[in-house]
Amino acid sequence: MRIVVPVKQVPDLVEELELNSEGSDIDREFVKFVANEWDEQALEEALLIKEAVGAQVSVVAFDEPDVDQTLYTALARGADDAVKLTGAGDGWLSTAERARLLAQWLSGQSYDMVITGVQASDDLDGQLAGTLGGLLGVPHASVVVGVEPGSGSVTVTQELAGGTVVTTEIATPCVVGMQTARQAPRYAPISRIRQAMSAGGLESVEAPGEATGPAEGVELLRLYPPEKAGRAEMISGDAPAVAERIVEILASKGLVKL
Amino acid sequence: MGNDVVVVVEHDGGVISDTTFELLGKGRELADAWGGRLVAALFGEPELAGELGAADVVRFAAGAELGGYCPEAWEALLLNVVESVDARLVLIGTSTVGMDLGSSLAARWHAAPLSYVVALRADGDELLATSQIYAGKLLADLRVTAPRVVVTHIGGLLPSDAGRKAGSPALEEIDPAVLGSLKSAFKERRVPDGGGVDITAAPMLVSVGRGIAGQDNLELAQEVADALGVPLSASRPVIDQGWLPKPHQVGKSGKKVKPKAYLAFGISGAPEHLEGMRNSELIIACNTDPSAPIFDVAHYGTTVDLFDLLPELAERLGD
Ligand SMILES: Cc1cc2nc3c(=O)[nH]c(=O)nc-3n(C[C@H](O)[C@H](O)[C@H](O)COP(=O)(O)OP(=O)(O)OC[C@H]3O[C@@H](n4cnc5c(N)ncnc54)[C@H](O)[C@@H]3O)c2cc1C
Ligand SMILES: Nc1ncnc2c1ncn2[C@@H]1O[C@H](COP(=O)(O)O)[C@@H](O)[C@H]1O
Repeated sequence: MRIVVPVKQVPDLVEELELNSEGSDIDREFVKFVANEWDEQALEEALLIKEAVGAQVSVVAFDEPDVDQTLYTALARGADDAVKLTGAGDGWLSTAERARLLAQWLSGQSYDMVITGVQASDDLDGQLAGTLGGLLGVPHASVVVGVEPGSGSVTVTQELAGGTVVTTEIATPCVVGMQTARQAPRYAPISRIRQAMSAGGLESVEAPGEATGPAEGVELLRLYPPEKAGRAEMISGDAPAVAERIVEILASKGLVKL
Repeated sequence: MGNDVVVVVEHDGGVISDTTFELLGKGRELADAWGGRLVAALFGEPELAGELGAADVVRFAAGAELGGYCPEAWEALLLNVVESVDARLVLIGTSTVGMDLGSSLAARWHAAPLSYVVALRADGDELLATSQIYAGKLLADLRVTAPRVVVTHIGGLLPSDAGRKAGSPALEEIDPAVLGSLKSAFKERRVPDGGGVDITAAPMLVSVGRGIAGQDNLELAQEVADALGVPLSASRPVIDQGWLPKPHQVGKSGKKVKPKAYLAFGISGAPEHLEGMRNSELIIACNTDPSAPIFDVAHYGTTVDLFDLLPELAERLGD
């Protein structure tokens, strides 16, 4: 069995996002890029399947800031090979374009399952799993919290609202969007990441095409942080002063006694 | 170009979601603006059609196995609906169903996908939309002229009354042959057991997010919760790490809560979290990042470190 896990870099949301001078995108110059957290869930589930029934796990990414680190980390965690697709274009690739190029690349590969992260924080274009499934013409399921491999099929568990889950048996090849792996993503020790780096097992491959720009028929008018109007009243002072004020607020609503 | 608006009816355990009614209301408004019809797509549980009076047409498929949600079956049915009416716009909630079907439908129907939409209105013959990106840290205003659009819209932002109307829509059954060659089969639906705590019944909640940084640190929040005599709740990552059991989760895939006070520590306020708690009567948030989206819904906020604040609170609230 071969499992392909596409991974991508996203801006670290803990940091401030600045806009570029045209206001048409975030300013990518000073942004710190990190691995999309749901891709780590996807890789973990792939590795769990590999451990249970044996599989070749391949990670694939487009050439993005600090993506080598993410790919080597995946190898250190137990992925068998890593592919970097180069030349697709600079800057932000929309999910639609990512999906189109990945689908072209995948059509020249053999695979039983593609496991993606359920979403990425920079999406406006929808989710990769469904788009890929639609383009490849294979069944897909997203918001998945467990994959049980069978023969010629997998049984996936999807989470609906409120914790209700449904299970479906799906023929392979298929695409799965991973919400949460059956266990928390494993830790890759720095020493193993270094080892992977010096072994240099990263294969660079020309992407099957270039980005052609945003979808027609959708024009960005404005990109902006949410209005400050409805924002919280900020409590000033150090921790003791803030604690004092919070207790006062709760007391004023009759929720605690002073 | 068609002018019909299709709303996907989400239901679980025989109950139609609130978001569905919100979108029926919005869909009615848009269909009226464009002179098209409002079409409700109902898969499994055809008897629920009686609640869809806001629609002009209900396209339905019967079959108990559809009721539990099966992605490939729903996708085949939905594709059939959009191709057999004069559809221009498909509206689905940003739920599991919307996240799962929205983008695949867009790919197969050659439509523009818009996800995480928080506002939508007709502007003459065009559509104006606002989407959240970067987990709500930025908004994008968009003008949509694409002839086919699939929108997944965040739930809980629109009035649902507009979609809860009496009426007598035309009932049209989808040809079951559409489901002829599926490569997947629905197996079962399971409802989680409550596990003893009911965070939806608590008058106040002390809620922790990834900022708590480790299971051992939960003790700090537990002391504040104990002093108030209320349970701990948490965002999804805390649950996924196994630091607290699932029934403690607030949000889209957890519980919807509306306590008298919701105290959030180290929670960024991702859309999926806000969906579960934005209607709390009083929200006080502690987050070291002054631009965290949680402050958009909180009444009071502070950027002091939660590790400094929690002990101070425990001291003042304890006896
Ligand atoms: C289909 C789907 C369903 C989902 N369902 C849910 C759901 O039901 N509930 C849910 O919560 N999420 C859900 N999520 C996940 C959601 O997208 C976010 O990933 C999650 O809510 C983030 O949790 P968080 O705020 O705890 O973590 P982060 O987003 O990582 O935020 C941590 C915050 O802590 C702050 N912080 C760090 N250190 C400190 C400190 N010392 N003092 C103060 N503040 C600090 C940081 O500034 C940061 O803002 C779902 C996602 C998907 C795709
Ligand atoms: N995640 C994002 N980051 C920056 N810009 C974006 C993002 N998503 C959409 N846009 C902008 O919105 C435009 C329309 O996007 P699309 O929905 O892909 O057609 C793009 O050209 C981008 O400029």
